[in-house]
Amino acid sequence: MQQFVNLTLGGVITGAVYAAFALALVLIWRSTRIVNFAQGAMAAITTFIALSLIEGGQSYWVGLAVALLAGLVLGAVVERLVIRPVEGGPELNAVIVTLGLFIAIQALISVLFGVNQRAFVAPFSTIGFRVGDFGLALSPNTLFTLGAVLLVMLGLTALFRFTRVGLAMRASAFGQEVARLLGVRVGRMLTLGWALAAVVGSLAGMLIAAEVTFVTPTYMDALIVFGFVAAVLGGLDSPIGAVVGGLLLGLALSYVRGYVGDELVGMAALVILVVVLLVRPGGLFSTTQTRRA
Amino acid sequence: MSDLQTPASPAGAGAASSDAPSTATAAANASSAQATGGRSLLPRNTLLRHLVVLVICAVGAVLLLESTDLGFNAQVGYVAFYAIAAGGLTVLTGLNGQISLGHGALMAVGGYTTALLLDADEPLPLIVIFLAAVALTSLVGAIVGVAAARLHGPYLAGATLALAVGLPGLALYYNEFLGGEQGLTVSTPDRPDWFTEIIRTLSGGSPSGVKWIAYISVACLLITYFLLANLMRSRVGRTWRAVRDQEVAAELAGINLGTWRVTAFIVSAAAAGLAGAVLALVVRLTAPTAFTIVLSLSLLTAIVIGGLGSLLGALIGSVLLVFLPRLLRDAGESLDMDAAQAAEISYVVYGVILVVVMLFAPAGLVGSIRLAWLKARARRAGARARG
Repeated sequence: MQQFVNLTLGGVITGAVYAAFALALVLIWRSTRIVNFAQGAMAAITTFIALSLIEGGQSYWVGLAVALLAGLVLGAVVERLVIRPVEGGPELNAVIVTLGLFIAIQALISVLFGVNQRAFVAPFSTIGFRVGDFGLALSPNTLFTLGAVLLVMLGLTALFRFTRVGLAMRASAFGQEVARLLGVRVGRMLTLGWALAAVVGSLAGMLIAAEVTFVTPTYMDALIVFGFVAAVLGGLDSPIGAVVGGLLLGLALSYVRGYVGDELVGMAALVILVVVLLVRPGGLFSTTQTRRA
Repeated sequence: MSDLQTPASPAGAGAASSDAPSTATAAANASSAQATGGRSLLPRNTLLRHLVVLVICAVGAVLLLESTDLGFNAQVGYVAFYAIAAGGLTVLTGLNGQISLGHGALMAVGGYTTALLLDADEPLPLIVIFLAAVALTSLVGAIVGVAAARLHGPYLAGATLALAVGLPGLALYYNEFLGGEQGLTVSTPDRPDWFTEIIRTLSGGSPSGVKWIAYISVACLLITYFLLANLMRSRVGRTWRAVRDQEVAAELAGINLGTWRVTAFIVSAAAAGLAGAVLALVVRLTAPTAFTIVLSLSLLTAIVIGGLGSLLGALIGSVLLVFLPRLLRDAGESLDMDAAQAAEISYVVYGVILVVVMLFAPAGLVGSIRLAWLKARARRAGARARG
């Protein structure tokens, strides 16, 4: 019983981080129809920048702020320089470009920061709360993780719902031509979308780093897959779907980890992804099937 | 006959128009006789032409292996397994338009099969082991292909990426059988006497195990490329291209899209399986660390640099994969980095090359040269027609 409760808790927490990561993928997919496979590497490099600051004696919060800011700049620069030429082009070209970024950025981390694993100290205590003699897999740090993800989601919802910029972003994603005719600077909105997504990705990277406590240049490799699976569960198009998909995937993988074995988590993600894609290609929550040309 | 499309506009090479990839790959895999306007010294008949090329390459390979030292012989083995896998991948991605980031995992299937079968007390003949590796990997490829046939673009990339991340976990889970984190050491198969005799008559030296493995690798490479080249120039290759470029038209012509996509995946997986088998012999170890995402992405890098859909391009890309890191590692170590860091420099370069090639020359090396050549010829022909 205790194991089940703790696996469920752990699933919700990792699921929240997957959800944040999936949200970043969905933000980009909605506006440009590109899956950013470099998302994990981009998050990792901002985390390493923050880690260098923290090791240099700065507080965690300064590191976090710098990581998010670095993500913002990196996302905008990448979109402007590299993604703009392949937007709206053949699918395969955009996929290959983001994969190229993935390889380059990940290797750059090794070149800049070395290949050895480094300790990443969580901002809050990672010792679980106790209820009587019942040790919960819930600590102040996991509460912070959940809170941070929740805050980001509310912030994004508010942005898209209640601000002019959010409306312009939704318009650009919905129909570029029409948005242009109505005076929306679509190019700027796309850059902003990538920048925002990179910020959310960076946050997920920082949260994951605190959970795993040791980071290597490749520590986000598996997360890009999990984030992608979570996003596909939700249909790649809906932010709400990404959140629900992330939580579902987090729970499923947590049970696999606890009851089957840590080694098969990747296989489990693959099986879930393939089943979803074959049974409901539009995601779990899709109602109408639009014909894709 | 080849279905070469001459680029309609002079802007066809650099502009990322929607038909750029098909034009580019059409240029990359135009037959050499076509590309040179039929003024080729090689026979017109495809099979004959490929046989002539095969013999020339085989002679060249023997000369190369006999005139270089053992260290270089070992490098040739590395080039061979990269090139075999890249050849299979370029058929899948270039001709059939299906991207796969899971070929590293498929190579793992071939590699582990070889390692397990060679480990027996009385190992089967090497050729049987290789065929078993190819058969098993084709089977896995068929399963993946059935799932992949309904996906496209980023969905397919994500699914095959999940395969590359997930499959090596099996080796850890069944660690008694598959050796876990340490992997399986591969025993080098015995050299047959006839091989020793032949090498003696050729170069007067007694061959070593490394040389035997280098010869096996090159033989596998030549056979694979010969078969793939014939397949590309046959009805099968044309059908794959039709499925890639014109789904609707192909379906109206009675082509079953799903079946042909799965077929492409199986052929590609078979090549990956053989590449894994050669890798097991060359590296003498199959471990999960040898089959990471990095391997799959390296293969993709090789075929994109060389030119999607071109076997020659896949070979050139594979040569780069093996020799570029050594150059860069020396450069990095001269900047006093440690070896592991210096090794990563090459991946920064790969990534940048991938992006740059896709932005400025989506046809890759071979395709861009062919396109330039075709354009020049079209201009000359135009000038003649006007003059």
